[in-house]
Amino acid sequence: MEKINQYQKWKDDYERVRGVSSEEDLKYNLSGIPVKPLYTAQDFQNQSLSYPGLYPYTRGIYPTMYRGRGWSRRQLIGLDTPERFNERQREMIKAGSNAVSLIFCNSFYRGYDADMVDPLLVGTCGTPINTIEDMEIAFDQIPIDQISIGLNDPIGFTGLAMLLVIAKRRGIPFSKITGTSNQSDFISHFVANHMFYRLSLDGSLKVLLDHIEYTNKHLPNWNPVSIVGQHMQQAGATPVQALAFTISSGITYIEETLKRGFPIDSFAPRFTFFYDISISLFEEIAKFRAGRRIWAKLLKERFGAVDQRSMRFKFHGQTSGAELTRQQPLNNIVRITVQAMAGILGGAQSLHTDSYDEALGTPIEEAARIAINTQNILAEESGIADVIDPLGGSYYVEKLTDDMEEKAWEYINKIDEMGGMMEAVRNGFVQKEIGESADKYQRAVDRKEKIIVGVNKYQIDESEDKRPPVTRVAPELVDNHLRRLEKYKKNRDQHRVEQALARLREATKDNSLNIFEETISAIEAGCTHGEVIKELRDQLGFGYPNIV
Amino acid sequence: MNRPIKILVTKIGLDGHDRGARVVASAFREAGMEVIYTSPWQRIEDVVSISLQEDVDIIAISSLAYDHLIIPKLMNALVEEELDDKKVIVGGIIPKEDEEILLTAGVAKIFHPGESLDSIIESVERLMENQKEMR
Repeated sequence: MEKINQYQKWKDDYERVRGVSSEEDLKYNLSGIPVKPLYTAQDFQNQSLSYPGLYPYTRGIYPTMYRGRGWSRRQLIGLDTPERFNERQREMIKAGSNAVSLIFCNSFYRGYDADMVDPLLVGTCGTPINTIEDMEIAFDQIPIDQISIGLNDPIGFTGLAMLLVIAKRRGIPFSKITGTSNQSDFISHFVANHMFYRLSLDGSLKVLLDHIEYTNKHLPNWNPVSIVGQHMQQAGATPVQALAFTISSGITYIEETLKRGFPIDSFAPRFTFFYDISISLFEEIAKFRAGRRIWAKLLKERFGAVDQRSMRFKFHGQTSGAELTRQQPLNNIVRITVQAMAGILGGAQSLHTDSYDEALGTPIEEAARIAINTQNILAEESGIADVIDPLGGSYYVEKLTDDMEEKAWEYINKIDEMGGMMEAVRNGFVQKEIGESADKYQRAVDRKEKIIVGVNKYQIDESEDKRPPVTRVAPELVDNHLRRLEKYKKNRDQHRVEQALARLREATKDNSLNIFEETISAIEAGCTHGEVIKELRDQLGFGYPNIV
Repeated sequence: MNRPIKILVTKIGLDGHDRGARVVASAFREAGMEVIYTSPWQRIEDVVSISLQEDVDIIAISSLAYDHLIIPKLMNALVEEELDDKKVIVGGIIPKEDEEILLTAGVAKIFHPGESLDSIIESVERLMENQKEMR
């Protein structure tokens, strides 16, 4: 009774000062969810919280979380030549790293070899890899059976095919190859990151399913599917939209794989997620907590999974680049710290922190070091990882988790009613939602309803140009690369190449053949990355995004 | 000449990150301009032919991942087709060293992250007024 009176007293006091009742004094987060000035026990009554590692995993997917194993500090690296990539990776392995992430160059992502694009664009933003020879240089002396390998390898999966040919040549069994096809989620490329979008929607689905089928049989430790919310949120989706759309994509990939006759627990444990983390701290934490709960419920109730591993919502997080500013760039270190905290408090399995200078150009070395040290400081100085789900039980965070979950389900159900995610992107629903959110966000910034320090408030005169000098790919490196490619093509067995491409063509039509298996054979026979993707495009359709 | 400003918003080269291009295009449209918006990966010859066919006043190129490096080639192609009266503006992540190259090649204005939509629209309108005065 006393408690109720005190609550009433607080409400009265609040209203007297603010001139509006606390129930009506609302703010709205990025996802459009109303936020009250105070949360109390009344907001959090029904939800049974359970425990870490137990269904529905709201508090984390493992019983020990960071006490057992910290999150992986996984920074993405792309360097301008396979040689330089190799050198850097070997240094990192010597320094104790047990994971490799290969970022390819833009022409690779678009599905081309270096000789198919303007030479000025060769090697931009990552490592040019066109042939098995390039890949062997990139992985020279790297123990591919002892490290986890993340490949930014969109539909076609030529990067993994090359890695497997290396494994064959070194006598390493495929079962020893561990890692993830980070960019297998073509739906996210269709709607948001078009650079990675190579084949038609239906063609992409066919290639992905063959990839899932092949890895399921031959690469038990490989994650063939990483569903990417990051692209969508960077393109403007709100956190709840990014969550819902990825889960809807996950439903599609699961249903299609089931149609091929695989039992749910045989492949679902290998599904992973990849999310953007904005600076909206509590909203992001709630997004990840809600995501775990939704995925677990779906897998158990809708798909009948029994294996706990199928129900675990494993995710990699990357701090939001779109929120970084060109103005007063050092402020970005603070933004990245808050974003990283949201990922950690949200229970991420691995994390990439951006460099503070990413709105200016490709990061300088010092900025890249600060980015990884941001994680090191959080992990080893702050105590943030000492307690599992430290915000669990917070009235606000629990209520927000419930609200985010509810709002995500609304989208998921709506997309189900439309006939699934493929239909929802074909008819432009998802693109329209994302586009509208992007417009709304920019207008809020312009109207100063959304504050960005240094951009629309607390600006200073920045006549001095702080952009660091760029490290441009040297023209002679591009020349070397083009010459190596030319020589490679001249020296290979042309007949074998043509036969392999014909077989790949056959696999796009004949369901008894597997496209990924034939891709491996094609690479082994000397086909280039660009030739394989061209063949797939010719047979399965070039991928054009649906611009809404 | 009171027709609305006609503007092509596009991306050339390899990258497909088009959030910026979309948001800017929709702001131009709301400001009363006539906007032609294309999918990414336009070839230089595509941009030239769209500009010619549609008789646009302004070509707006968005670049976030080094595709701006081929903008000087676009400028040359425009000159060759006698389309050098078209104003070319560029928005996105443009490193310091390249800014000078683009301006020398004839780019009228470069917009960086953090620029407000209103100020972009105002700059475009000012560019067109200057153009008129010069005629």
